[in-house]
Amino acid sequence: MTKRFLRISLIFTGLIMLFPAQGIADTPFPSIHEPEGEGVKCVKDEDEMRRNHMNYILHQRDKTMREGVRAESDSSYSLAKCINCHVQPNDKGEVPTHDSKEHFCVACHQYASVQIDCFECHADRPQKYIKRDQSPRALKQQLKEVLDAKDMGDAQ
Amino acid sequence: MSDQINDSRRSFLSKAAIAGSITIAPGVFLHQTAHAKPDDQAVSNDTRWGMLIDTDKCAKGCTGCVDACNNEHGLTGFGRPETDTQYIRKVSLVEKQTGHEISLPLMCQHCENPPCVDVCPTGASFKREDGIVLVDKHICIGCRYCMMACPYKARSFVHENIEDQTLSAPRGKGTVESCTMCTHRVDKDGIPACVEACTEDDHNAMLFGDLNDPDSEISKELKKHGGKQIRADLQLNTGVRYQGL
Ligand code: HEC
Ligand code: HEC
Ligand code: HEC
Repeated sequence: MTKRFLRISLIFTGLIMLFPAQGIADTPFPSIHEPEGEGVKCVKDEDEMRRNHMNYILHQRDKTMREGVRAESDSSYSLAKCINCHVQPNDKGEVPTHDSKEHFCVACHQYASVQIDCFECHADRPQKYIKRDQSPRALKQQLKEVLDAKDMGDAQ
Repeated sequence: MSDQINDSRRSFLSKAAIAGSITIAPGVFLHQTAHAKPDDQAVSNDTRWGMLIDTDKCAKGCTGCVDACNNEHGLTGFGRPETDTQYIRKVSLVEKQTGHEISLPLMCQHCENPPCVDVCPTGASFKREDGIVLVDKHICIGCRYCMMACPYKARSFVHENIEDQTLSAPRGKGTVESCTMCTHRVDKDGIPACVEACTEDDHNAMLFGDLNDPDSEISKELKKHGGKQIRADLQLNTGVRYQGL
């Protein structure tokens, strides 16, 4: 805890030394877009998440990977869930990718000089914003659903 | 360890398989349900997941299971069949003397004593309590020892940058991967995508279930008609068994 805090403070100090003319108040803070909407809250208090989000996700990672625990309850810290809430289209309707400073997880990390490799494997956007070619199997499935629905209609 | 399929049972099974090919009555594969744990509980060795494949029912030329798997995990090729990822592939065997051709799907055999786990220097290659053998890519360093150790050539190495992954298979360059027996489905009471596709296509050549539960469809079927391991001589006690070999 203290170590992490120290590291963050060191980074801040470093930044202040880089811009000696500017006070803390002038250091450009990354712009973080938070999910909006009635009653939408993070999985923990904002303060706690800011400081300790990595512990929660890494713990969840091992639980899922090693023990097969996939509870989708409010108390789970699935990376997929973070992404679903936190990565949304911007004003122009574009969904930021992990190459972009606009991406929720990137904005802050770049500022604090943290590098994570998670998005080499994990999708950086919610699935609904990812376009995929329809596989023949998926098309067949859809056709079957349509036909099944039609059968039901005929039977009535 | 409470695995019920043990050494003595195994040697019995291989003898039974040598005794001759067994014809399966139609309709043996009825409804397939997996019974799983509550999803906030860790997997335990009360369960050992396994698969039984009836090669007599596996249709030649059909790639339903492979397509379903690729679709489920977002496995797209780069036009390099030698290195493109495969979790499951179709293999045909032709008996030289009679010309009899057998077609079967081959994937990670989810061994009880997996050689890939033995050789892994980081502990990334591991066996879950419920018998499913996985790569924990978070600690995989991409050395590929496991690929060399696997007698079934079941593992692939990711050679390219990957984008737009599915939720079911986070995957990226520099790590090894293989069939996960669809843990993301099985942990939620589902069955693997390949088994689902084979059943949907009315081939019913694949059965999934708990080998430790004597009342499961797969255990009953194995008890009645047996099921052979590929390379039983290696004594790996595979979780995937075959009939009609
Ligand atoms: C080399 C590929 C790879 C990398 C890099 C990677 N992961 Fe994973 N991750 C996986 C795989 C594979 C799974 C298993 C997915 C499953 O079983 O559903 C997984 C599962 C998870 C899960 C549980 C599923 C979920 O969405 O909640 C979490 C949490 C997670 N990873 C976090 C991380 C974090 C944090 C990082 C970066 C520090 C990271 N991963 C980097 C491959 C990777
Ligand atoms: C249900 C939607 C939702 C989910 C799921 C979610 N968050 Fe949040 N998160 C929010 C909201 C809303 C805020 C703004 C603070 C608040 O109202 O709680 C926030 C704030 C944060 C902050 C502080 C940002 C800042 O301005 O300093 C961090 C860090 C964070 N979340 C990380 C995560 C991580 C990591 C996960 C996954 C384990 C996650 N969140 C899951 C909705 C969500
Ligand atoms: C409010 C700013 C902020 C946001 C937003 C944020 N992070 Fe972080 N994250 C940090 C800081 C600062 C550290 C470094 C802490 C340290 O080194 O002690 C960090 C560290 C991490 C680590 C550990 C890295 C390591 O190598 O140990 C992971 C994993 C991580 N973040 C994942 C995420 C993910 C995933 C998201 C998006 C859902 C996210 N973070 C969003 C500030 C943030």
